[in-house]
Amino acid sequence: MSTATEAVRLIPKPTDSHECQLLEVSMGPQHPSTHGVFRMDVALDGERVVKLKPVFGYLHRNHEKIAETESYLGSMPYTDRLDYMCSLTSNWAYALAVEKLAGIQVPERAEYLRVITAELTRLQNHASLIGFLLQDMGASGTPLMYAFREREKILDLFEALTGARMMCNYMRFGGCRVDMPAGWLQQAQKVVDAFPRFLDEYEQLFTENEILMARTQGVGVLSGELAVNAGITGPMLRASGVNYDIRKVDKYGIYERFAFRVPLGDHGDVYDRYMLRMLEMRESVKILQQALRDIPPGPIMDPKTKIRGFRPKAGEAYGRTESPKGELGFYLISDGSSNPYRYRVRPPSLVNLTVLEGMCLGQNVADVMAILGSVDIVMGEVDR
Amino acid sequence: MLEAIKSEIEANVSGCRLEVVPNSSPSGQHSLLIDCERALAVARFLRDAAHLRFDYCSNVTGIDWPGKEIVEKEKIKKLVDGVEQEVEEVRKTQSAGHLEAVYHLYSMEKKHGPVILRMRTKNRSDQTHLPSLTPIWRSAEFQEREIFDLYGIVFDGHPDLRRILMWDGFEDHPMRRDYVEPDDYEYEPTPHDEVLEKSKQHTHGVRAR
Repeated sequence: MSTATEAVRLIPKPTDSHECQLLEVSMGPQHPSTHGVFRMDVALDGERVVKLKPVFGYLHRNHEKIAETESYLGSMPYTDRLDYMCSLTSNWAYALAVEKLAGIQVPERAEYLRVITAELTRLQNHASLIGFLLQDMGASGTPLMYAFREREKILDLFEALTGARMMCNYMRFGGCRVDMPAGWLQQAQKVVDAFPRFLDEYEQLFTENEILMARTQGVGVLSGELAVNAGITGPMLRASGVNYDIRKVDKYGIYERFAFRVPLGDHGDVYDRYMLRMLEMRESVKILQQALRDIPPGPIMDPKTKIRGFRPKAGEAYGRTESPKGELGFYLISDGSSNPYRYRVRPPSLVNLTVLEGMCLGQNVADVMAILGSVDIVMGEVDR
Repeated sequence: MLEAIKSEIEANVSGCRLEVVPNSSPSGQHSLLIDCERALAVARFLRDAAHLRFDYCSNVTGIDWPGKEIVEKEKIKKLVDGVEQEVEEVRKTQSAGHLEAVYHLYSMEKKHGPVILRMRTKNRSDQTHLPSLTPIWRSAEFQEREIFDLYGIVFDGHPDLRRILMWDGFEDHPMRRDYVEPDDYEYEPTPHDEVLEKSKQHTHGVRAR
């Protein structure tokens, strides 16, 4: 038990030589570029990072324990607060796990609504992430504001559909909560049609930008082999050249109906992670165009599913989705009562941080911010 | 599929005891209960066998199964007032219960899965050690730390087993079913419900100001 209580000693034993004096820096928890309350204990040799230990738990509220005392439906609003940038994909992951647990079918129109909302979520997440990343590297204001301008249009769509901009609480087991209001589809079409123009503009600004390339190419390199072993998922994994997209592998929902490609990176550095998200947004636009074109009329809820007083049979299920940050999974155990016996969130943000130290070692301290920004974390999900 | 994997592991890892844990839910995700002494060998086999290649450990989590009260009824013959009578005797015992670690494995190379592994501790109090699978899959590193923090399973062979979400000085394991939160009263300007009851106990019903 001694390993648990002993604080980690960052600084090695002092030596007589002046050359190897290390500087211990506590980065965070209150800093804009740590994306929430996140701290890193960093040891520096001059500008070079020689040790980096992430410290979690500032936002810990034991979401999983709360869910054990809530009904199955009662946990749905809590899932909004996990990844507060992408509440709709979190909703979907939880709904999917419960549907697996109880064997619920989802009507077709609801599946389309899920795909549309999830891909819109991916668009706004990736656009803002790139904005944040550039902000962290000193491109103050412009990139983030451009991204937020587009994000605002998507959030307006969410508000019209679900009643909330960020805490959408939209999906239900066996469907979605409400159908789209009149004119929503046309409005969504307009936003999606205009999005590639924004991407062109964005790419013109950054993709071949000399400063961006100098700051990100060859920085924070992650090999594909290590990425797989460390359970890295999402854009970060694919930037390292591993072809694994759960939308393609599991084909959950109705993703097998859409034609889209999975972009892959070559080098696994920060620049590849930036570029991969750019390309993924273009693929999401493709999916959205097909979904908005094909969405059929019909019911949006499975009529056989009882939402209130919902009691699945005893058993367990693990359901996972490709959220914008990676594999978001929910593991549920039912004992036949109205609240889950065990409710577990598999947080992509937390697991993706496993390799943070490895990526930062030997880099300059200023690169740590760029590397952390390219991982894409949200502390609501890391700490739960 | 799981039965085939089970017999293959048994053929390749000598002296390994395995048990399929059935799952009655429509998900049909059955799991394998592996024995702790051979866990690393089993994990290494699953990761490295050319046709299985479970190279990706997705989800690692703990579950608490507290002991249940076992009621045994036995009829014994006794002498009651000099007459032999059959008397029913009720004996209540408490089973030890156990903690469980669950691993969800997928293969990124072969694109199949999940295979679910389970390991159980002997009890919930003093024998809560399990072998760490972090040497096989690094993705377990933070997740095993989280189980250690919230459930109190000690993973032998983990490179850096510390609390991760709670602070270092914290003593209990909050995700256990029988966890009782400490009575740490803090002044609350607008108490309500349970917090109001708690603050009444501490201020003897007298509100500040």
